[in-house]
Amino acid sequence: MNERYSRQTLFSPIGEAGQKKIREKHVLLLGAGALGTGNAEALVRAGIGRLTVIDRDYVEWSNLQRQQLYSERDAEDRLPKAVAAKQRLLEVNSDVKVDAYVMDATPSEMERLLDGVDLMIDATDNFDARMMMNDLSQKYQIPWIYGACVSSYGICYTILPGETPCLNCLLDQVPRGGMTCDTAGIISPAVQMVVAHQTVEAMKILVEDWAAVSRKLVSFDLWQNQHTSINVSRMKNESCPSCGENPSYPFLKYSHQMKTAVLCGRDSVQIRPPASREWSLEEVARTLAQQEVKVELNPYLVSFTTENRRMVLFKDGRALIHGTQDETEAKTLYHRYFG
Amino acid sequence: MKLRINGEWLTVPETVDTIGELLGHFQLDQRVVIVEQNETILEKESRSDNKVQDGDSIEIVQFVGGG
Repeated sequence: MNERYSRQTLFSPIGEAGQKKIREKHVLLLGAGALGTGNAEALVRAGIGRLTVIDRDYVEWSNLQRQQLYSERDAEDRLPKAVAAKQRLLEVNSDVKVDAYVMDATPSEMERLLDGVDLMIDATDNFDARMMMNDLSQKYQIPWIYGACVSSYGICYTILPGETPCLNCLLDQVPRGGMTCDTAGIISPAVQMVVAHQTVEAMKILVEDWAAVSRKLVSFDLWQNQHTSINVSRMKNESCPSCGENPSYPFLKYSHQMKTAVLCGRDSVQIRPPASREWSLEEVARTLAQQEVKVELNPYLVSFTTENRRMVLFKDGRALIHGTQDETEAKTLYHRYFG
Repeated sequence: MKLRINGEWLTVPETVDTIGELLGHFQLDQRVVIVEQNETILEKESRSDNKVQDGDSIEIVQFVGGG
Protein backbone atom coordinates (compact mmCIF):
# COMPACT_ATOMS: atom_id res chain seq x y z
CA MET A 1 0.00 0.00 0.00
CA ASN A 2 1.03 3.53 -0.77
CA GLU A 3 3.23 5.28 1.85
CA ARG A 4 0.95 8.26 1.45
CA TYR A 5 -1.81 6.60 3.49
CA SER A 6 0.44 4.82 6.01
CA ARG A 7 -0.83 6.72 9.08
CA GLN A 8 -4.41 6.07 8.10
CA THR A 9 -3.88 2.34 7.49
CA LEU A 10 -2.08 2.06 10.85
CA PHE A 11 -5.42 3.04 12.37
CA SER A 12 -6.76 -0.48 12.85
CA PRO A 13 -10.49 0.08 12.04
CA ILE A 14 -9.33 1.14 8.57
CA GLY A 15 -6.18 -0.89 7.94
CA GLU A 16 -4.97 -1.97 4.51
CA ALA A 17 -8.30 -3.61 3.67
CA GLY A 18 -10.24 -0.49 4.58
CA GLN A 19 -7.92 1.70 2.54
CA LYS A 20 -8.53 -0.51 -0.48
CA LYS A 21 -12.28 -0.05 -0.02
CA ILE A 22 -11.92 3.72 0.37
CA ARG A 23 -9.98 3.73 -2.90
CA GLU A 24 -12.86 2.00 -4.69
CA LYS A 25 -15.58 4.37 -3.48
CA HIS A 26 -17.40 7.25 -5.16
CA VAL A 27 -18.73 10.10 -3.01
CA LEU A 28 -21.12 12.78 -4.20
CA LEU A 29 -20.85 16.10 -2.40
CA LEU A 30 -23.69 18.55 -2.84
CA GLY A 31 -22.37 22.03 -2.13
CA ALA A 32 -18.84 23.42 -2.09
CA GLY A 33 -19.12 26.12 0.55
CA ALA A 34 -17.79 25.83 4.08
CA LEU A 35 -18.91 22.26 4.77
CA GLY A 36 -18.27 21.20 1.19
CA THR A 37 -14.67 22.36 1.03
CA GLY A 38 -13.91 20.81 4.42
CA ASN A 39 -15.44 17.46 3.49
CA ALA A 40 -13.89 17.46 0.03
CA GLU A 41 -10.37 18.10 1.29
CA ALA A 42 -10.61 15.46 4.01
CA LEU A 43 -11.98 12.78 1.67
CA VAL A 44 -9.55 13.54 -1.14
CA ARG A 45 -6.62 13.43 1.29
CA ALA A 46 -8.00 10.13 2.63
CA GLY A 47 -7.73 8.68 -0.87
CA ILE A 48 -11.27 8.03 -2.10
CA GLY A 49 -11.52 6.86 -5.70
CA ARG A 50 -13.86 9.46 -7.08
CA LEU A 51 -15.53 12.65 -5.92
CA THR A 52 -18.45 14.38 -7.61
CA VAL A 53 -18.78 17.95 -6.41
CA ILE A 54 -21.74 20.13 -7.32
CA ASP A 55 -22.12 23.82 -6.52
CA ARG A 56 -24.20 26.68 -7.89
CA ASP A 57 -22.16 29.60 -6.59
CA TYR A 58 -18.85 31.34 -7.20
CA VAL A 59 -16.07 32.40 -4.82
CA GLU A 60 -16.34 35.75 -3.02
CA TRP A 61 -14.18 37.50 -0.43
CA SER A 62 -16.63 36.75 2.38
CA ASN A 63 -16.07 33.02 1.75
CA LEU A 64 -12.34 33.05 2.51
CA GLN A 65 -12.75 33.21 6.30
CA ARG A 66 -13.95 29.59 6.39
CA GLN A 67 -14.08 27.93 2.96
CA GLN A 68 -10.75 26.22 3.09
CA LEU A 69 -10.06 25.33 -0.54
CA TYR A 70 -10.27 28.90 -1.88
CA SER A 71 -7.69 31.62 -2.33
CA GLU A 72 -7.78 35.39 -2.86
CA ARG A 73 -7.12 34.74 -6.51
CA ASP A 74 -10.29 32.64 -6.78
CA ALA A 75 -12.31 35.48 -5.23
CA GLU A 76 -10.75 38.08 -7.53
CA ASP A 77 -11.54 35.91 -10.55
CA ARG A 78 -15.02 35.04 -9.26
CA LEU A 79 -14.36 31.44 -10.15
CA PRO A 80 -17.27 29.06 -9.75
CA LYS A 81 -16.72 27.15 -6.51
CA ALA A 82 -16.90 23.74 -8.17
CA VAL A 83 -14.15 24.79 -10.62
CA ALA A 84 -11.90 26.35 -7.96
CA ALA A 85 -12.44 23.39 -5.64
CA LYS A 86 -11.50 20.86 -8.32
CA GLN A 87 -8.29 22.76 -9.13
CA ARG A 88 -7.20 22.77 -5.50
CA LEU A 89 -8.28 19.17 -4.84
CA LEU A 90 -6.19 17.88 -7.73
CA GLU A 91 -3.17 19.72 -6.31
CA VAL A 92 -3.80 17.95 -3.01
CA ASN A 93 -4.24 14.46 -4.48
CA SER A 94 -3.99 13.90 -8.21
CA ASP A 95 -4.92 10.21 -7.86
CA VAL A 96 -8.55 11.05 -7.09
CA LYS A 97 -10.95 11.50 -9.98
CA VAL A 98 -12.85 14.74 -9.37
CA ASP A 99 -15.97 15.59 -11.36
CA ALA A 100 -17.06 19.20 -10.88
CA TYR A 101 -20.46 20.56 -11.88
CA VAL A 102 -21.40 24.25 -11.83
CA MET A 103 -25.13 23.95 -11.39
CA ASP A 104 -28.09 24.17 -9.08
CA ALA A 105 -28.94 20.49 -9.26
CA THR A 106 -32.54 19.48 -9.82
CA PRO A 107 -33.79 15.98 -8.97
CA SER A 108 -33.49 14.80 -12.58
CA GLU A 109 -29.95 16.16 -12.89
CA MET A 110 -29.04 14.51 -9.60
CA GLU A 111 -30.48 11.19 -10.77
CA ARG A 112 -28.17 11.24 -13.78
CA LEU A 113 -25.16 11.75 -11.50
CA LEU A 114 -25.99 9.06 -8.95
CA ASP A 115 -24.92 6.02 -10.95
CA GLY A 116 -22.21 4.23 -8.97
CA VAL A 117 -22.31 6.68 -6.07
CA ASP A 118 -21.71 4.98 -2.71
CA LEU A 119 -22.42 7.92 -0.42
CA MET A 120 -23.87 11.44 -0.57
CA ILE A 121 -22.71 14.19 1.73
CA ASP A 122 -24.84 17.23 2.45
CA ALA A 123 -22.96 20.50 2.25
CA THR A 124 -25.90 22.58 1.10
CA ASP A 125 -27.32 25.67 2.74
CA ASN A 126 -31.04 25.01 2.37
CA PHE A 127 -33.70 22.43 3.19
CA ASP A 128 -35.10 22.19 -0.35
CA ALA A 129 -31.84 20.58 -1.43
CA ARG A 130 -31.68 18.42 1.69
CA MET A 131 -35.20 17.06 1.27
CA MET A 132 -34.34 16.25 -2.34
CA MET A 133 -31.20 14.39 -1.21
CA ASN A 134 -33.24 12.59 1.41
CA ASP A 135 -35.72 11.29 -1.18
CA LEU A 136 -32.94 10.39 -3.64
CA SER A 137 -31.20 8.49 -0.87
CA GLN A 138 -34.31 6.40 -0.24
CA LYS A 139 -35.18 5.87 -3.89
CA TYR A 140 -31.67 4.70 -4.83
CA GLN A 141 -30.71 3.22 -1.43
CA ILE A 142 -27.65 5.41 -1.02
CA PRO A 143 -26.63 6.57 2.48
CA TRP A 144 -26.31 10.30 3.09
CA ILE A 145 -24.98 12.49 5.89
CA TYR A 146 -26.89 15.59 6.93
CA GLY A 147 -24.74 18.42 8.25
CA ALA A 148 -25.44 22.08 8.95
CA CYS A 149 -24.08 24.97 10.96
CA VAL A 150 -24.79 28.57 11.89
CA SER A 151 -23.03 30.92 14.37
CA SER A 152 -21.21 28.57 16.79
CA TYR A 153 -23.81 25.79 16.44
CA GLY A 154 -23.69 22.65 14.35
CA ILE A 155 -25.66 19.46 13.72
CA CYS A 156 -24.95 16.12 12.05
CA TYR A 157 -26.95 12.96 11.34
CA THR A 158 -26.29 9.90 9.19
CA ILE A 159 -29.16 8.35 7.23
CA LEU A 160 -28.87 4.68 6.26
CA PRO A 161 -31.79 3.75 3.95
CA GLY A 162 -33.77 0.76 5.21
CA GLU A 163 -32.38 1.14 8.69
CA THR A 164 -32.39 4.56 10.33
CA PRO A 165 -35.21 7.11 10.34
CA CYS A 166 -34.79 9.48 7.39
CA LEU A 167 -34.65 13.26 7.67
CA ASN A 168 -38.34 13.51 6.82
CA CYS A 169 -39.14 11.23 9.81
CA LEU A 170 -37.32 13.60 12.14
CA LEU A 171 -38.92 16.82 10.91
CA ASP A 172 -42.49 17.73 11.78
CA GLN A 173 -42.20 20.41 9.10
CA VAL A 174 -39.55 21.59 6.67
CA PRO A 175 -37.68 24.38 8.48
CA ARG A 176 -38.13 27.79 6.87
CA GLY A 177 -36.62 31.08 7.94
CA GLY A 178 -34.91 31.07 11.32
CA MET A 179 -31.22 31.70 11.78
CA THR A 180 -29.00 31.81 8.74
CA CYS A 181 -25.34 32.59 8.21
CA ASP A 182 -26.66 35.95 7.01
CA THR A 183 -28.39 36.94 10.23
CA ALA A 184 -26.33 35.14 12.84
CA GLY A 185 -22.94 34.76 11.17
CA ILE A 186 -20.75 31.67 11.30
CA ILE A 187 -17.34 30.90 12.82
CA SER A 188 -15.03 28.37 11.26
CA PRO A 189 -14.66 26.06 14.31
CA ALA A 190 -18.38 25.28 14.04
CA VAL A 191 -17.84 24.40 10.38
CA GLN A 192 -14.83 22.24 11.20
CA MET A 193 -16.69 20.38 13.95
CA VAL A 194 -19.52 19.45 11.59
CA VAL A 195 -16.97 18.49 8.95
CA ALA A 196 -15.24 16.24 11.50
CA HIS A 197 -18.52 14.48 12.31
CA GLN A 198 -19.43 14.11 8.63
CA THR A 199 -16.05 12.86 7.45
CA VAL A 200 -15.64 10.30 10.21
CA GLU A 201 -19.13 8.96 9.45
CA ALA A 202 -18.17 8.91 5.77
CA MET A 203 -15.03 6.90 6.53
CA LYS A 204 -17.03 4.33 8.51
CA ILE A 205 -19.46 3.93 5.60
CA LEU A 206 -16.69 3.79 2.97
CA VAL A 207 -14.85 1.00 4.82
CA GLU A 208 -18.23 -0.67 5.43
CA ASP A 209 -17.86 -0.66 9.21
CA TRP A 210 -21.63 -0.36 9.60
CA ALA A 211 -21.63 -1.16 13.32
CA ALA A 212 -19.51 1.92 13.99
CA VAL A 213 -21.93 4.34 12.30
CA SER A 214 -23.27 6.73 14.91
CA ARG A 215 -27.06 6.47 14.37
CA LYS A 216 -27.46 9.45 16.69
CA LEU A 217 -28.49 13.00 16.02
CA VAL A 218 -25.53 15.03 17.22
CA SER A 219 -25.50 18.76 17.87
CA PHE A 220 -23.25 21.20 19.66
CA ASP A 221 -22.72 24.85 20.43
CA LEU A 222 -18.99 25.44 20.70
CA TRP A 223 -19.30 28.94 22.17
CA GLN A 224 -21.92 27.89 24.75
CA ASN A 225 -19.97 24.72 25.63
CA GLN A 226 -22.98 22.53 24.89
CA HIS A 227 -23.02 19.11 23.30
CA THR A 228 -26.02 16.86 22.63
CA SER A 229 -26.51 13.41 21.24
CA ILE A 230 -29.99 11.89 20.83
CA ASN A 231 -30.86 8.35 19.85
CA VAL A 232 -33.65 8.94 17.33
CA SER A 233 -34.20 5.32 16.22
CA ARG A 234 -37.73 5.34 17.68
CA MET A 235 -38.71 8.18 15.35
CA LYS A 236 -38.79 5.99 12.24
CA ASN A 237 -42.21 6.51 10.71
CA GLU A 238 -43.69 3.54 8.82
CA SER A 239 -46.01 5.86 6.88
CA CYS A 240 -43.26 8.36 6.01
CA PRO A 241 -43.74 9.51 2.38
CA SER A 242 -39.96 9.36 1.88
CA CYS A 243 -38.94 6.09 3.59
CA GLY A 244 -42.18 4.39 4.70
CA GLU A 245 -43.92 1.33 3.28
CA ASN A 246 -45.40 3.17 0.29
CA PRO A 247 -42.99 5.97 -0.50
CA SER A 248 -44.02 8.70 -2.95
CA TYR A 249 -40.76 10.67 -2.79
CA PRO A 250 -42.61 13.99 -2.63
CA PHE A 251 -39.47 16.11 -2.87
CA LEU A 252 -38.49 14.72 -6.27
CA LYS A 253 -41.63 16.00 -7.98
CA TYR A 254 -40.93 18.61 -10.58
CA SER A 255 -42.91 21.77 -10.68
CA HIS A 256 -42.73 24.03 -13.68
CA GLN A 257 -42.09 27.25 -11.85
CA MET A 258 -39.28 29.70 -11.66
CA LYS A 259 -37.44 28.94 -8.44
CA THR A 260 -36.02 31.55 -6.14
CA ALA A 261 -33.92 31.11 -3.03
CA VAL A 262 -32.37 33.53 -0.55
CA LEU A 263 -28.74 32.44 -0.17
CA CYS A 264 -27.42 31.73 3.30
CA GLY A 265 -24.68 34.11 4.37
CA ARG A 266 -25.22 36.42 1.41
CA ASP A 267 -27.46 39.39 0.84
CA SER A 268 -28.55 37.69 -2.36
CA VAL A 269 -31.33 35.90 -4.18
CA GLN A 270 -30.85 33.11 -6.67
CA ILE A 271 -33.23 32.80 -9.60
CA ARG A 272 -33.55 29.55 -11.49
CA PRO A 273 -35.62 29.64 -14.67
CA PRO A 274 -38.11 26.78 -15.22
CA ALA A 275 -36.33 25.26 -18.22
CA SER A 276 -32.57 25.30 -18.44
CA ARG A 277 -30.95 26.10 -21.72
CA GLU A 278 -27.45 27.10 -22.77
CA TRP A 279 -27.14 30.89 -22.82
CA SER A 280 -24.76 32.83 -24.98
CA LEU A 281 -23.02 34.91 -22.34
CA GLU A 282 -21.24 36.96 -25.01
CA GLU A 283 -24.58 37.97 -26.44
CA VAL A 284 -25.94 38.93 -23.02
CA ALA A 285 -22.78 40.94 -22.31
CA ARG A 286 -23.11 42.78 -25.61
CA THR A 287 -26.76 43.64 -24.94
CA LEU A 288 -25.98 44.87 -21.44
CA ALA A 289 -23.05 46.97 -22.62
CA GLN A 290 -25.49 48.98 -24.72
CA GLN A 291 -27.26 50.06 -21.53
CA GLU A 292 -24.16 51.86 -20.32
CA VAL A 293 -23.37 49.48 -17.48
CA LYS A 294 -19.94 48.02 -16.78
CA VAL A 295 -20.11 44.38 -17.74
CA GLU A 296 -17.64 41.68 -16.72
CA LEU A 297 -17.47 38.43 -18.63
CA ASN A 298 -15.58 35.18 -18.02
CA PRO A 299 -16.17 31.74 -19.57
CA TYR A 300 -18.65 30.82 -16.83
CA LEU A 301 -20.68 33.92 -16.06
CA VAL A 302 -21.48 37.49 -16.90
CA SER A 303 -21.88 40.11 -14.16
CA PHE A 304 -22.81 43.77 -13.91
CA THR A 305 -24.10 46.31 -11.42
CA THR A 306 -27.16 48.47 -11.78
CA GLU A 307 -29.67 50.06 -9.39
CA ASN A 308 -27.30 49.20 -6.53
CA ARG A 309 -27.78 45.54 -7.34
CA ARG A 310 -25.06 43.31 -8.71
CA MET A 311 -26.39 40.64 -11.03
CA VAL A 312 -24.61 37.54 -12.19
CA LEU A 313 -25.87 35.25 -14.93
CA PHE A 314 -24.55 31.73 -15.40
CA LYS A 315 -24.52 29.78 -18.67
CA ASP A 316 -27.57 27.72 -17.70
CA GLY A 317 -29.73 30.82 -17.24
CA ARG A 318 -29.44 30.90 -13.49
CA ALA A 319 -28.85 34.29 -11.92
CA LEU A 320 -27.68 35.65 -8.60
CA ILE A 321 -29.07 39.04 -7.60
CA HIS A 322 -26.85 40.60 -4.93
CA GLY A 323 -27.89 43.40 -2.60
CA THR A 324 -31.39 42.14 -1.89
CA GLN A 325 -33.24 39.41 -0.04
CA ASP A 326 -36.52 40.23 -1.72
CA GLU A 327 -37.29 37.32 -4.01
CA THR A 328 -39.95 39.20 -5.93
CA GLU A 329 -37.66 42.13 -6.59
CA ALA A 330 -35.00 39.69 -7.71
CA LYS A 331 -37.41 38.06 -10.16
CA THR A 332 -38.40 41.46 -11.48
CA LEU A 333 -34.77 42.40 -12.05
CA TYR A 334 -34.14 39.06 -13.72
CA HIS A 335 -36.99 39.60 -16.14
CA ARG A 336 -35.93 43.19 -16.71
CA TYR A 337 -32.35 42.39 -17.67
CA PHE A 338 -32.38 38.82 -18.96
CA GLY A 339 -35.83 38.44 -20.44
CA MET B 1 -35.15 25.79 38.98
CA LYS B 2 -32.02 24.02 37.74
CA LEU B 3 -32.14 21.99 34.57
CA ARG B 4 -29.41 20.11 32.78
CA ILE B 5 -29.81 21.38 29.24
CA ASN B 6 -27.63 19.95 26.49
CA GLY B 7 -25.17 18.77 29.09
CA GLU B 8 -24.92 22.04 30.98
CA TRP B 9 -26.64 23.00 34.25
CA LEU B 10 -28.71 26.13 33.74
CA THR B 11 -31.06 28.05 36.02
CA VAL B 12 -34.41 28.90 34.48
CA PRO B 13 -37.20 31.03 36.04
CA GLU B 14 -39.79 29.23 38.18
CA THR B 15 -42.45 30.58 35.84
CA VAL B 16 -41.34 28.02 33.27
CA ASP B 17 -43.75 25.17 33.86
CA THR B 18 -43.82 23.09 30.67
CA ILE B 19 -41.49 22.04 27.87
CA GLY B 20 -43.41 24.37 25.57
CA GLU B 21 -42.70 27.29 27.89
CA LEU B 22 -39.07 26.25 28.16
CA LEU B 23 -38.76 26.43 24.37
CA GLY B 24 -40.40 29.87 24.52
CA HIS B 25 -37.89 30.93 27.18
CA PHE B 26 -35.05 30.07 24.80
CA GLN B 27 -36.91 31.60 21.85
CA LEU B 28 -37.07 28.23 20.15
CA ASP B 29 -40.87 27.88 20.06
CA GLN B 30 -41.09 28.85 16.40
CA ARG B 31 -38.16 26.64 15.35
CA VAL B 32 -38.06 23.03 14.21
CA VAL B 33 -36.55 21.09 17.11
CA ILE B 34 -36.38 17.64 18.69
CA VAL B 35 -36.73 17.62 22.49
CA GLU B 36 -35.66 14.79 24.76
CA GLN B 37 -36.64 14.90 28.43
CA ASN B 38 -34.89 12.44 30.73
CA GLU B 39 -33.98 10.30 27.71
CA THR B 40 -37.49 10.21 26.24
CA ILE B 41 -38.15 11.98 22.94
CA LEU B 42 -41.32 14.07 23.19
CA GLU B 43 -44.03 14.28 20.57
CA LYS B 44 -44.49 17.81 19.33
CA GLU B 45 -48.14 17.82 20.42
CA SER B 46 -47.32 16.90 24.02
CA ARG B 47 -44.74 19.63 24.62
CA SER B 48 -47.30 22.03 26.07
CA ASP B 49 -48.48 19.34 28.53
CA ASN B 50 -45.12 17.98 29.63
CA LYS B 51 -44.10 19.56 32.94
CA VAL B 52 -40.48 20.38 33.66
CA GLN B 53 -39.09 19.59 37.10
CA ASP B 54 -36.00 20.64 38.98
CA GLY B 55 -33.09 18.41 38.01
CA ASP B 56 -34.55 17.30 34.67
CA SER B 57 -32.10 16.42 31.95
CA ILE B 58 -33.26 18.00 28.71
CA GLU B 59 -31.74 17.82 25.26
CA ILE B 60 -32.86 20.27 22.60
CA VAL B 61 -31.66 19.88 19.02
CA GLN B 62 -32.53 22.59 16.54
CA PHE B 63 -32.50 21.92 12.80
CA VAL B 64 -30.56 24.65 11.06
CA GLY B 65 -29.91 25.19 7.38
CA GLY B 66 -26.53 26.86 7.02
CA GLY B 67 -23.53 25.17 5.58
